[in-house]
Amino acid sequence: MGVLLAACALAAVVFLLLIALYLILAGLPAIRKAGLGEFLLGTVWDSTNAEAPRFGILPMLLTSLWGAAGAVVLGVPVGFFTAVYLAKAAPRPLARVLRPAVSLLAGIPSVVYGLVGMCALVPALRAALDLPAGDSLLAAVIVLAVMILPSVIDLTTTALEAVPREYEEGSLALGATEAETWLRVSAPAARSGIAAAVVLGVGRALGEAMAILMVAGNVPNMPGLLRSVRFLTTGIAIEMNYASPGSLQRQALFSIGLVLFVFILLVNLLLNRTLKGRKGA
Amino acid sequence: MQKRFLPVLMLCLLLTGCGGREPPAGLQGTVSTDGSTSMADVMAVLQEAFREKCPGVTVNYSGTGSGAGVEAALSGACDIGLTSRELRPEEAAQGAAAHLIALDAVAVVVNPCRPLEDLSLERLAGIFTGRITTWDQLGCGEGPIAVYGREAGSGTRTAFEDLAGVADRCAYTNIYGSTGDVVGSVASNPNAIGYASLASAGEDVRTVKIGSVPCTEDTVRSGDYPLRRPFLMVTRRDARLGEAASAFLDFARSGEAAGYLSLAGAIAP
Repeated sequence: MGVLLAACALAAVVFLLLIALYLILAGLPAIRKAGLGEFLLGTVWDSTNAEAPRFGILPMLLTSLWGAAGAVVLGVPVGFFTAVYLAKAAPRPLARVLRPAVSLLAGIPSVVYGLVGMCALVPALRAALDLPAGDSLLAAVIVLAVMILPSVIDLTTTALEAVPREYEEGSLALGATEAETWLRVSAPAARSGIAAAVVLGVGRALGEAMAILMVAGNVPNMPGLLRSVRFLTTGIAIEMNYASPGSLQRQALFSIGLVLFVFILLVNLLLNRTLKGRKGA
Repeated sequence: MQKRFLPVLMLCLLLTGCGGREPPAGLQGTVSTDGSTSMADVMAVLQEAFREKCPGVTVNYSGTGSGAGVEAALSGACDIGLTSRELRPEEAAQGAAAHLIALDAVAVVVNPCRPLEDLSLERLAGIFTGRITTWDQLGCGEGPIAVYGREAGSGTRTAFEDLAGVADRCAYTNIYGSTGDVVGSVASNPNAIGYASLASAGEDVRTVKIGSVPCTEDTVRSGDYPLRRPFLMVTRRDARLGEAASAFLDFARSGEAAGYLSLAGAIAP
């Protein structure tokens, strides 16, 4: 039995290592040909230009960064307060209905979010803000924020519900109001769970491709809130079909994959360090 | 009368066997085709239809691009090369022979609310390169022009940009990953203009005439509509094509295949 468990654990780790290895091997040739500086800091992505193809991914890198940051700034506070409501303030029968409903939302496929975004959000943005086209970083940020809400709410609610009653009772006994108790006592006590929710949300926002492919516009411009933008993920998704095997374009797409992989690893490490590091303090 | 009947009958049967384009159902072999990604849909229907006629023959298709397809055909790496553009003079000089099997048209589409009927090629190029930026410069109402297109490497985009003379100079507002997305987005944005293959431009969008020529099967076939390109199968002029490949090529050029072409959104020549 122990051998079986060890084998399964080993298999999971091995798969991850193989993926990482494949990404490195497939992604390095283009980076070497284009030059690391030009690749990471170049501002023009023109992969199929017949004479002089350019592979600068800075616009996509910054777009992924701002897009994920925007989604977190929009989604985490809303998610947090919703979770506080569900865990603490809501009448129990209502909470019993709402919690499974929120969990169900987490299971909606991202392409559905993309469709709703494309059909409803984008035209609405275009009309409201008088733009040539509604596909923009703003539309992508809104869609991403809605997508990370269910997972953030779910994890945060669980973390808040796990806070021992004694903490809250003690706080209330000392004269704090309920709201003060939830925000000053329960939330800090549930800090590691909330941090996990944020990390999950950021991970989902950084890795999303399908939904934002339909609402972001996909032109590799430097990011602007109302401009058409391309993320690292959509950069790969949109050109992979037509990139001929063995061509420099295809190798460059794998290089984007490698950069995305490293990027997500670094962001996760950073978040875990800052958010969870203060656990014992 | 009766004495002549038998030889005449035998002659007729013989002639049927010689001149007929029906491949023997028992034919075996593999046909490798290589080239244009735009022809993927056409190849898919032809492969399936041919499999029903000759189950023993496997037709392979690999989408490596028109240029690579011609190279492969000339070097012998594949049996039949596929291109979605005319052969270049140097390719013909190296011994490439082209066989036209279908025509493809790129339609320019706008939102139905936009009162645009007709565009000259020159104005079309101006719109897509960003020289013309608002609809009132064209006299069709107000608003900025939102230029929609396909991703780099897409066959439709390459065809449109080459035919309109704007290759590598286009300034797109939005890029989409499929013709369906382009058409859907143009249908929901009054400011938008985009391009799509004729078969996909349906009722939700208005198809614009180019140089006063509407985009229909007839104008494409006659060559009046400028934004059209040929789908060619390329072979080596001096080398003998294998039996299975020959049969497939004949099938693709036959009237029977013409029926299948419309399924793939192409126009029979």
